Amino acid sequence: MSTAILTNFLGFSTVVAPLLLLLVIGCSMLLQYNLSEVTIGRWMKGTIGFGLVTAVSILAIMLSTGSFREVVDFGNLVTINDVHFHFHLSFIFDRLSVPMAILSLVLCFTIGSFGISYLHRDNGFHRFFLFFSMFAVGMVFASLAATIETLFLGWEFVGLSSALLIAYFHERVGPVANGLRVWTVYRIADAAFLAAAVLLHHETGEGQFIAMMSSEPWPYGVSSLDSGVAFWAGLLLLIAAAGKSGLIPFSGWLPRAMEGPTPSSAVFYGALSVHLGAFLLMRVSPIIDQSFPIRCLVIAIGLSTAIYAAFTARVQTDVKSSLAFASLTQVSLIVVEIGLGFLYLALIHMIGHACLRTLQLLRAPTLLRDYKTLENALGGNLSVRAPVWIKWTSPTIQRRLYRAAMERGYLDAILDECFAKPFQRLFNAFDRLERSWIRILAGEAVSGPSNLQVMDAKSTKLVASHDSAHTLNSNGEHS
Amino acid sequence: MNELHLPWLEFAILIPLVAAAYVWKIKSAEEKRFVSIVASGVTLAVTLSAWIDFESLITYEARDHWDAIKAIFGREEFMIDQLNAPLLPLTSLLFLMTFLATPRVKYGVYSFTDSLILLSITLAIFSTKDQWLLIGLLIAQTLPLSWEIHNRSRSTRVYWIHMFLFISTLIAGGWIYQATTSAWWHGVAIIMWMIAVFIRGGCFPVHCWITDLFEKTTFGVSILFITPMIGAYAAMRLIVPVAPDWAMQSIAFISLATALYASCMTIVQKDARRFFCFLFLSQSSLVFVGLETASSIGLAGALCVWISVSLALTGLGLTLRCIESRTGEISLTKYYGLYSAMPNFAGFFLLTGLSCVGFPCTLGFIGSELLVDSAIEFSPLVGFVVVASTALNGIGIMRAYFRIFTGRKYESSIPIASMRSERIAILAITVILVGGGLLPQLIVNSRYKAAVEILQHRTK
Repeated sequence: MSTAILTNFLGFSTVVAPLLLLLVIGCSMLLQYNLSEVTIGRWMKGTIGFGLVTAVSILAIMLSTGSFREVVDFGNLVTINDVHFHFHLSFIFDRLSVPMAILSLVLCFTIGSFGISYLHRDNGFHRFFLFFSMFAVGMVFASLAATIETLFLGWEFVGLSSALLIAYFHERVGPVANGLRVWTVYRIADAAFLAAAVLLHHETGEGQFIAMMSSEPWPYGVSSLDSGVAFWAGLLLLIAAAGKSGLIPFSGWLPRAMEGPTPSSAVFYGALSVHLGAFLLMRVSPIIDQSFPIRCLVIAIGLSTAIYAAFTARVQTDVKSSLAFASLTQVSLIVVEIGLGFLYLALIHMIGHACLRTLQLLRAPTLLRDYKTLENALGGNLSVRAPVWIKWTSPTIQRRLYRAAMERGYLDAILDECFAKPFQRLFNAFDRLERSWIRILAGEAVSGPSNLQVMDAKSTKLVASHDSAHTLNSNGEHS
Repeated sequence: MNELHLPWLEFAILIPLVAAAYVWKIKSAEEKRFVSIVASGVTLAVTLSAWIDFESLITYEARDHWDAIKAIFGREEFMIDQLNAPLLPLTSLLFLMTFLATPRVKYGVYSFTDSLILLSITLAIFSTKDQWLLIGLLIAQTLPLSWEIHNRSRSTRVYWIHMFLFISTLIAGGWIYQATTSAWWHGVAIIMWMIAVFIRGGCFPVHCWITDLFEKTTFGVSILFITPMIGAYAAMRLIVPVAPDWAMQSIAFISLATALYASCMTIVQKDARRFFCFLFLSQSSLVFVGLETASSIGLAGALCVWISVSLALTGLGLTLRCIESRTGEISLTKYYGLYSAMPNFAGFFLLTGLSCVGFPCTLGFIGSELLVDSAIEFSPLVGFVVVASTALNGIGIMRAYFRIFTGRKYESSIPIASMRSERIAILAITVILVGGGLLPQLIVNSRYKAAVEILQHRTK
C-alpha cells in the first residue's frame, strides 16, 4: 500500500470515527432505542480511541516522510458547474491541524472515560454523550478543516453542543438561562464567521485555505487578499474568535458556562472550546498579517482581556469561576502571541494550557475537600499572600478595583443595558402596537386582553383556587 | 408542449377533491382521518410520479396526457415545469404529515374536509401559470380558511380586510395588465400584484393577518395555509417574468425589512404560535431576497430555502401542535420543563428549528449558503441582513426550546409521550431534512435548473 493511500485511509478514519459515534447515539435516541451505559462507553472509547490512533499514525507518517502537509479530499458536497460553484469538503493535516486534532481526541477520550463513571446512572447520561459526541465531531472538523466552510461546520457543532451542555441540568432555570446567554453570544460570533467565510470565498473564488494563503504550508502562508478585504475579513474573524474564546467584550459568558457538569466544563471551557477562537486566528494568521490595523486590534483585545481576566480571577468565590478566568487570561495571552506573530509559541502555549486546565478542572471538586481537610488539621484558614504591588495603591483604588473585578468588569451589565434591554423594549413596544392594531381591525376594544392573556389569567385563577383548596385540605377544615 | 405519460396533475387535483366530498359525508372522526391520510398518500404518490415522469422527458415543461381540461375548455391549463415539479410532492407531503400527526384529541376540532379542499386548490395553483386561472385559484384558496374561522365562531374581519385587499389588487393588476400595452400602466399592474403578493406572503407591514389567523383557526389548517408559500409562487408566475428591475428591488427591499423585523420579533414573543408566525415570516421572506440578486445562484439558493423552510417549519409547527394538544396554548413567558415527559418532541423541535435557520448538515444549510454568497456579491449590506436575521432566528428557536422543554420538571398524572403516528410524521420530515442536508446535490440541481429557466424567461 502506498503512503498516499495509507494517509488518505487514516485521514478518512480520523474524521469519520467521531461522526460514527454521533450517528450511533443520535439515531438510537431519535428512535427511542436506549443503549446501555456500557455500550455507550464502549462506542465512545472505540471510536474516539480509533480516531486518536489514526491521527497519531498520520503524524508518524508525516514525520517519517518529512511531509509538511497532507490533504484528504472528501469531494464536493455540492457542485454547480455552470457558475463554478462548489462546496468542497476536504481536510488538511499540517503542523497546526494535527497537534490540534490529537489534542482534541486525547482530551475527549480522557474526559469521555472520566464522564462514564462521573455520570453513572445519571438521568442525562445519554444526553450528555450525545452532545459530547457532537462536540467531538465539531472539534475534529474544525481542527482538520481545509476549507473555511468546513471549519464553519465544525464551529457550529461546537457552539450548539456547548450551549446544550451548559443547560445540562435543565430542570433548574439558572443553567438554562446561562445556556441561552452563551448561545446568544455564539450566534453573534457565528454570524460574523459566516459573513467572513462567504466574503473570503467570494474574493478568492474558493474556500480552500491553501488557495487563500498561497501554497506555502502553515505558518509560512501569505495572503493574496488586498488590504481592504483583509481588514474586513480579519475584523469579522476577530469578532467570531472573540465570541468563541470569551475575549472582551464577550467575556461575561465564560463563568456562566461553568453551570454544566464538571467533565463538560473541563473539556469545553478549560481545554478545547475556549481555544477555538485562538485556533481560528492561527489558521487565518496570513490574513491578520496582511492588515496592520487588525494585528494591532488583535494584540489590544488580547492584552486588555488578559489584564481584565487576571484581576477578575483573583476575586472569584468559587473554584470553577476562578479557573474560568485564569483560563481566559492564558487564552488572551495566546491571542497576543498570535498578534505578535509568534505562531509556534502560541500553539505550544495552547496545548500546554489545555492539558493543565483540564487537569485542574477535573481535580477541582476533590481539591476543595483536601483543602478543607488541611484547614481542619491546621485549625484555621490557609494563609493567602497579598501581591506586592497592593502596598503601593491607595485603599480607594483597591476598593474600586475589587468592586470592578467582583462585578466582572461590568461587561454583562454594559451589554444588557446598552443592547439587550433597549432591543427588548423596542420590540416589545412593536409587539403591543401590532396587537392593538389587530384589535382595531377586528373592531374590539384596544385595551381588551388577548387570547393568551385571558388564558394566563384563567390558569392563574385556577392555580390560585387549587392552591387555596389545597391549603384548606391540609388544614383539615374540609374533608 | 411535451406530454406526460398519464394525466398525473389532474389526478393529483381530483383525488383530494373527491376525498373531501366523501369525508364530508362521513360521521366518524376516526374514519375521516383515515380517508384523508389515504387520499393525501395517494396524491403524494401521484405527484411524485408526475415529477419522475417529467424528469424522464428532459424538457422545460410538460402537460398532462389526455388533457380533459383542454378537451372541455380548449386550453392547456395545467402544466409541470422545473419550478413546480418538486413543489407538488412537497405540498402533498406536508398535508399527509399533518393528517398523520393529528392527535386524537383534535379529531373533532380539525376540519379534514377543509384541509382536503385546500390541498386540491393548492396543487391546482402550483400546476398552473395561466394568469387568470392562477388569480381565480388564489382567490378560491382564501375560502376554506374563512369557513374554518367562521365555524369556530371567531371574527373573520381581520382576515377578510386583508383578503379583500389581496383579491382586489390581484384582479385589478390582472385587468390593467391585460387591458393596455402601455409600459406605465404595466408598471401600475405590477405594483398591484406586488401589493397582493406582500399581503399573501405576510410581508411587513401587512403581515398582521397571519398572526391573527393562527389565533383564530386550528394550528394544523393555519400551517397548511402558509407553509407551501403560495405568495412566493404567485410572485414567480405573475411578477418575475414581466417585472422591471425596480420592481424586483422593491420586493427584495420589503422582504429584507420583513426578514429583519420578524427575526427581531421572534426573540420577544410571549406566545408560541406568534413565535412560529414570526419565524415563518422571517425565513420565508428570504425567498424573495434571492430575487434581488438576479443571479442564478441567488435564485437557486432562494428556491432551496423555499423547500427547506416549508418542510422544516411544517415539522416545527406539527411538533408545537402535538405539544399544545397536551398542554394547551403555550406561553413563552414561563418554563414548562417538558423534556422528561416528551424527549422525542424536544429532539424534533431542535432539529426542525435549526434546519429552518440553515444549521449545518440540514437541508437549509446549503440553500442559505448559496443565498448569502450571492447576496454578499450583490451588496454586502444585503448579505449582512440575511446573516443577521438567521442568527436572530437561531436565538429565538433556542429560547423557545428552553422555555418549552427545560427550566423545571413537568409533573403529569397522565402519560403525555408522543404517539406512534406523530413520531412517524415528524421523524419522516426530520429524515428528509437531515438526509437532504447530507446529500443536497439532487435538490440543488433541480432548483438551479428552475432558477436558470426563470431568469431566461425574464430576459426574454
